Amino acid sequence: MTTAENPATATDTRTITLLVNGREVTRAVSTRTTLSDFLREDLDLVSVHLGCEHGVCGCCTVLFDGESVRACLMLAVQARGHEVETVESLSADQNDLHPIQQSFAEEQGLQCGFCTPAMVLRAKEILADGRERSDAEVRSDISGILCRCTGYQNIVNAVQNAGRKLSRGANGGAGTHDGVGTSAVDGAETEQATDIDRAPGFDGPAGTEQRG
Amino acid sequence: MKPPRFLYCDPDTLEEAVALKSQHEFDALVLAGGQSLMPMLNMRLAGPEVLIDINGVTDLQHIGRINGTLEIGAGVRQSVLEAHSEAAVAVPLIAAAMPHIGHIENRHRGTVGGSIAHADAAAELPCTAVTLDAVIVVRSERGERQIAATDFFQGFLTNACEPDELVVAIRYPVTSPTAGSAFTEFARREGDFALASAGAVAEVDADGRFTSVAIGVGSITTKPVRARAIEEALLGRAATSDVIKDAARQIGDAVTLSSDMHATSRYRRHLATTVVTRAVAAAAADAQNRSAS
Ligand code: FES
Ligand code: FES
Repeated sequence: MTTAENPATATDTRTITLLVNGREVTRAVSTRTTLSDFLREDLDLVSVHLGCEHGVCGCCTVLFDGESVRACLMLAVQARGHEVETVESLSADQNDLHPIQQSFAEEQGLQCGFCTPAMVLRAKEILADGRERSDAEVRSDISGILCRCTGYQNIVNAVQNAGRKLSRGANGGAGTHDGVGTSAVDGAETEQATDIDRAPGFDGPAGTEQRG
Repeated sequence: MKPPRFLYCDPDTLEEAVALKSQHEFDALVLAGGQSLMPMLNMRLAGPEVLIDINGVTDLQHIGRINGTLEIGAGVRQSVLEAHSEAAVAVPLIAAAMPHIGHIENRHRGTVGGSIAHADAAAELPCTAVTLDAVIVVRSERGERQIAATDFFQGFLTNACEPDELVVAIRYPVTSPTAGSAFTEFARREGDFALASAGAVAEVDADGRFTSVAIGVGSITTKPVRARAIEEALLGRAATSDVIKDAARQIGDAVTLSSDMHATSRYRRHLATTVVTRAVAAAAADAQNRSAS
């Protein structure tokens, strides 16, 4: 069978618009570019770590429409019209850490840090229900992400500690971090979106943000 | 570790998707949730000329009862099916099997049709389809075919689709409300491929004897299989652990057991005996609970 175009020579690119960490982004991408490479290389969101690029390690985990997915197993073009959140959205700088990040620091829930962005995002996803979790539940919840360093116990402690922090702050300070990623859909700048402007990864090339 | 070049097509409708598959046949691969195909593309184990991305085809995303069956569109995400209370009531074996599929990160993207079409012997949904005599609905421009699950899975990553056909839905017979269901598997770590898995659906009478029993087994050979000899051995017998364990010992007699770096055939037989015993016992207990309540 032949195809209309020879795929070996075709430059198959698409222009996609999506919401990344609360900001609308428009880019031309090659259709074979993975979401993980797009986030790292086109948007400088280098918290998306590539351990295996075939779906085993989980270090490339991002939140896609609020759900954890392996970014190396998606094409960037599939994110068109969707919302992606990376750990860069959680804090503007190291003096303003998200409660989950604070907990990872306090509990030494990381050593080399390679798995940490994925673990933090997964923690954010599971802690959204405000429920307390046993060690076994947390271990099951994070089983999709491999950590080569910690032996997991400190990550489990960090997730549980973060859960306590978040429920304590449910009506207070910690809540200011909620809602990042849901704003600026139609170009309205909100406080959170302004925070993100300062986040590493968005100090990158001019024109990161293009509103259509 | 990057996908090779391909021509990317993202049809909006089933008709367009089917037309593309008919046009490109062997040269096209269908991208559903990508949890198996994307690794194969990244590792260049697959190099299609054309990639047909069916994630935008909304016609494939329904779940509902039709004529005594639960029909699940091929594009339904596994995490959606897992959380679907109507599906869990209609076919409890599905609900029992879903949490075993990879990790939640995989199930957020992975689709029901993708897992069925990939036809991995270690995969949970194919095992449930074989256990329950599900029917796989495939479509091409030539029309629609319904293929029994036991005929659909043909061997190592091989299904019964012709090159122009697309899996569009899976129909599971609705399980009798008095039947018990259970799914058991053994994997070294949570989310790993199972080394042996078993689905069981059983009914027992007032004396605790099996009046019906269906057992599907995954991971022991190149495709999911029914354990017919064990089913026959159990019919009419009391659902006691000795009886079940004794019958389960026949597992593997009728097939060539897989042997690889993960498990020798002997070890697989041992694991399969164990998971079948546990699944059947749990299904019988579930059936007894259901008739008691
Ligand atoms: S890099 Fe995506 S799962 Fe390992
Ligand atoms: S801290 Fe090193 S991989 Fe987890």
